[in-house]
Amino acid sequence: MKYVDEYRDAAQVRSVIEEIRHTVTRRWTLMEICGGQTHAIVRHGIDQLLPPEIELVHGPGCPVCVTPLELVDKALVIASQPDVIFCSYGDMLRVPGSGRDLFSVKAQGGDIRVVYSPLDAVKIAGQNPDKQVVFFAIGFETTAPPNVMSVLQAQRLGLTNYTMLVSHVRVPPAIRAILSSPQNRVQGFLLAGHVSAVMGYWEYPSLVEEFKVPMAVTGFEPLDIVKGILAAVQLLEAGRMEVVNAYSRAVTLEGNQPAQKTIEKVFMECDRKWRGIGMIPMSGWRLRPEFDLFDAEKRFDVETIQTDESPLCIAGQILQGLKKPQECSAFGTLCTPERPLGATMVSSEGACAAYYRYGRVEIQHQVKQS
Amino acid sequence: MCLGVPGKIVEIYEQGGLHMGRVDFGGVFREACLDYVPEAKAGEYCVIHVGFAISLLSEKEAMETLDLFKQISDIEEELGPGAAPASV
Ligand code: SF4
Repeated sequence: MKYVDEYRDAAQVRSVIEEIRHTVTRRWTLMEICGGQTHAIVRHGIDQLLPPEIELVHGPGCPVCVTPLELVDKALVIASQPDVIFCSYGDMLRVPGSGRDLFSVKAQGGDIRVVYSPLDAVKIAGQNPDKQVVFFAIGFETTAPPNVMSVLQAQRLGLTNYTMLVSHVRVPPAIRAILSSPQNRVQGFLLAGHVSAVMGYWEYPSLVEEFKVPMAVTGFEPLDIVKGILAAVQLLEAGRMEVVNAYSRAVTLEGNQPAQKTIEKVFMECDRKWRGIGMIPMSGWRLRPEFDLFDAEKRFDVETIQTDESPLCIAGQILQGLKKPQECSAFGTLCTPERPLGATMVSSEGACAAYYRYGRVEIQHQVKQS
Repeated sequence: MCLGVPGKIVEIYEQGGLHMGRVDFGGVFREACLDYVPEAKAGEYCVIHVGFAISLLSEKEAMETLDLFKQISDIEEELGPGAAPASV
């Protein structure tokens, strides 16, 4: 497949890593923001091929992981109602709320449907006028254009039974929060390629300027990832505080303008809680008041919810790059993908799930023994 | 969830007021909304994410990147692994 195969060439990946080895002269800690990149890195063992001077820490870019517990619990309440068809991206189904998940609601008879696209949920709303169809609109800037289009499409079709439970988050405020923390160790960022495809990367130079950390817009194939790492290391070694675009076939500085305009029309910025991390000011998007009719939090009475997070789960620290999954006492024992305590063990973009799936459990044991 | 995948637009049409396309993912075909890439033409590649094209792929940029990788591996081949820093 064009644009895929040529970016998976193992020999090329090795030679870029060799180039990184030639370039690096001291220790650097880089963070990849995006959970999709975390999985690619662990899956292809890129972190283990890198020279020892370079440490990759994993960022908060896993939408499923950071969706606040309150909203997962609200989803569970709404999805349990008899006249509701609850639509979600598949990853959310096994995310633990306070005590149960969407799968168990489904097992108890809830009408929960996994959709590939939010337009599928709109279609379901059109086909079921006697039901309330609720779409769990989670995600970063990448899922925002599809999700807002579903609202506009429902409006265009005159549907009155379609609402979204919105839990949108944005990358730049999260980077600001990580860099503002006194515990921060991150010296350079690999920026999420597809977030940047939508938003461009014009928002980052001011962060680079303020915090003196370089950034490289990075894609998802192994060659894209090592190219992003090389670009970040070159900037760090040269002391150049800049943003470079190492994923230029898909990303431009200004990003996708029609998408940004449509987001702006439907969403407005708001404070948002991130699961395990806490409130990050103006880090989220919510529906504008003009779209109240499409807001599930307005349609359903779900205000008074008591949440209960597992006290063992340290996912918040993992998502901020402060800890690695194997430092969690529950990792691989009390918490597994089959019986997850935290969302980071469930999601296909969660760091705990990546470490578990690609055998970092054994590696850790070996390290401990030696 | 941000793992958009590249696909080739093979056909463009209107449906329910939306600009839609049939997209080829290496032999698997799916429908995608093209409203965010209004300039896209059949035969072009784009990144598809949850049923939406979010970015058109630039052939020129892709070629340049691959050329750059080739240069890096040529240098490695000449110098062999572990050779002194080639260039910064
Ligand atoms: S291993 Fe499980 S309990 Fe521990 S941080 Fe990860 S998700 Fe939370």
